[in-house]
Amino acid sequence: MATEFDNFHEMRHCALLANKVFIQRDYSQGTACRFQTKFPLELNSRMEQALFAETVKTLNSYYAEAEEIGGQSYLEGCLACATAYIIFLCLETRYEKVLKKISGYIQEQNEKIYAPRGLLLTDPTERGMRVIEISVFEDHCSGSSSPSSSCNGSSSSAMSGDCGTR
Amino acid sequence: MKNCEYQQIDLEALSTPAPTPSPQPVTENGKKKEKTAKKHRRKWEVFKGKNRFCCDGRIIMARQSGVLPLTLGLILVTSVLFFIFDCPFLVQHLTVCIPVIGGALFVFVVITLVQTSFSDPGILPRATPDEAADVEKQIDDAGNTTYRPPPRTREVLINQQAVKLKYCFTCKMFRPPRTSHCSLCDNCVERFDHHCPWVGNCVGKRNYRFFYTFIVSLSFLTAFIFGCVTTHLALTSEQERIIQELNWVAANVQLLKLVICFFSVWSILGLSGFHTYLVASNLTTNEDIKGSWSGKSGAEAATNPYSHRNIFINCCSVLCGPMPPSLIDRRGFLSAEEEEAAPQAIGREVELPALASKKDINVGTKCVSEESPARPPSRPPDRCGERTGHNPVVNSDTARDNRMAARGARHTPAARGVGGDAHTHHHAKAHHKRTQRGAKSALDGPGGTRASSPSLGRSSKDRKNAGSPPPLP
Repeated sequence: MATEFDNFHEMRHCALLANKVFIQRDYSQGTACRFQTKFPLELNSRMEQALFAETVKTLNSYYAEAEEIGGQSYLEGCLACATAYIIFLCLETRYEKVLKKISGYIQEQNEKIYAPRGLLLTDPTERGMRVIEISVFEDHCSGSSSPSSSCNGSSSSAMSGDCGTR
Repeated sequence: MKNCEYQQIDLEALSTPAPTPSPQPVTENGKKKEKTAKKHRRKWEVFKGKNRFCCDGRIIMARQSGVLPLTLGLILVTSVLFFIFDCPFLVQHLTVCIPVIGGALFVFVVITLVQTSFSDPGILPRATPDEAADVEKQIDDAGNTTYRPPPRTREVLINQQAVKLKYCFTCKMFRPPRTSHCSLCDNCVERFDHHCPWVGNCVGKRNYRFFYTFIVSLSFLTAFIFGCVTTHLALTSEQERIIQELNWVAANVQLLKLVICFFSVWSILGLSGFHTYLVASNLTTNEDIKGSWSGKSGAEAATNPYSHRNIFINCCSVLCGPMPPSLIDRRGFLSAEEEEAAPQAIGREVELPALASKKDINVGTKCVSEESPARPPSRPPDRCGERTGHNPVVNSDTARDNRMAARGARHTPAARGVGGDAHTHHHAKAHHKRTQRGAKSALDGPGGTRASSPSLGRSSKDRKNAGSPPPLP
């Protein structure tokens, strides 16, 4: 997580946050954690569809692995019940282990694929598992103008929420 | 003559002002140094829901503890009296296993109760401003031109079953399926079951298994104590009984335990039975009351899309499934951007009720609009870091529905046969006990507004009417 912020700050030195794209959850198979694999149009000019699909599919498979109801989860559940769930305070659950794997994967993807394209993936855990947030950065140093540069000013203050209110 | 000594005032010292600190360079490094000098705030300190936090964010509770002290008190008192008055006799006449079993059950009950009350039920953090803006854009793109927008819903197909996702005006997001907004805690809770005043917390995805284990083990404990007390009475010989009757303390204690256990056994067994049914069919109390999947709501025949169609698998998935982690990260430190955003965010929310109330004509909940304005988030924490978060943002009509459902849940599911009668009976007993307490109100949270308590007070009076939901405010 520290390196993600470093990336973020490094980017901000010569890049401005232009836009944020949100990949929503896919509930077609129930309440399990899955994200839509539909390619957002805003990223059309930024990256290849195949790479994006690969990222989302891998994330979905990780979440499916974390939420898998099988032998290990039953064992964990029964053992926890027998110990009045105190074991959850002592040991790391399988879900937490997989979440750590996921954050490592996202970091790796950011370094290898997304950062070179001026994008930044945010771990869904930081957004309540609701969305995958992809921040789109505009290269400020090279002086390239883009259609979305007009909302740079408002987007940069997006954190203060001025852009969000109507 | 007095010897007055005059000291010469050093005029130079007076004229020169105190040395000013060297101006800090306004760079990111400088800002970081300032921030490290200041105490880093944790996320629980700026949490927007109506929750109370203790021990620097390790413990989370609802703002109103409900009747949790009563629940704990009843369990403790009954168990202690059992150990003092019945165990010696039964160990002598029967077996030493009795206090061992009783002790194990008692410990189990208390631990699961504490875990249910003090853990995060599955609260969904509110949408960030960017997310909220993105959702608003999507809704507006759908071609909304009327002044009063239609209720914001989104339909999804879950296992070939159409499910409507409602938009939460407080949390600014479309609620995931099975998520509901608890108006008492002012949070969206995943797989929301009900808000239980007995444990003083919501029951949701993360703590449902603790709650279920609590009620099952409590029913075992009360049945066990009831059985032991009855056995004790049956085994006492005639002579001993006469002696006991002279000792009115012992006699009254036996009677008290019998009464508490008798009523508890029926009501808690009923509640356990009801929740066993819910677990086996992978339903929540909220869905059961609303009749989402039984066609009560008037829609065409709907089946529960979350059920695995197998009782065993349903039970395992609910009780033995993987434990999801808490999403609100209450002990995490705020990042620099969040620190800047936090005070401003609260400031914005104070303006919102004026805007939102124009749009949401459905709302009409007077008690919400009359709530006092938001307290600043940086209230100094008192004793063990306790803090109440407060958010005056208007509840939507959906939140009002949830409050109705929550109230209904507390009365519980009316016509469930023995379970339902037992539960309302249980509440009637609780109400009776509460009125005996007099002025001490278990529902009054520290420093909180009384906006929600009138509704609770009203509902407690209505409990006399065997579980009928009170009229809306």
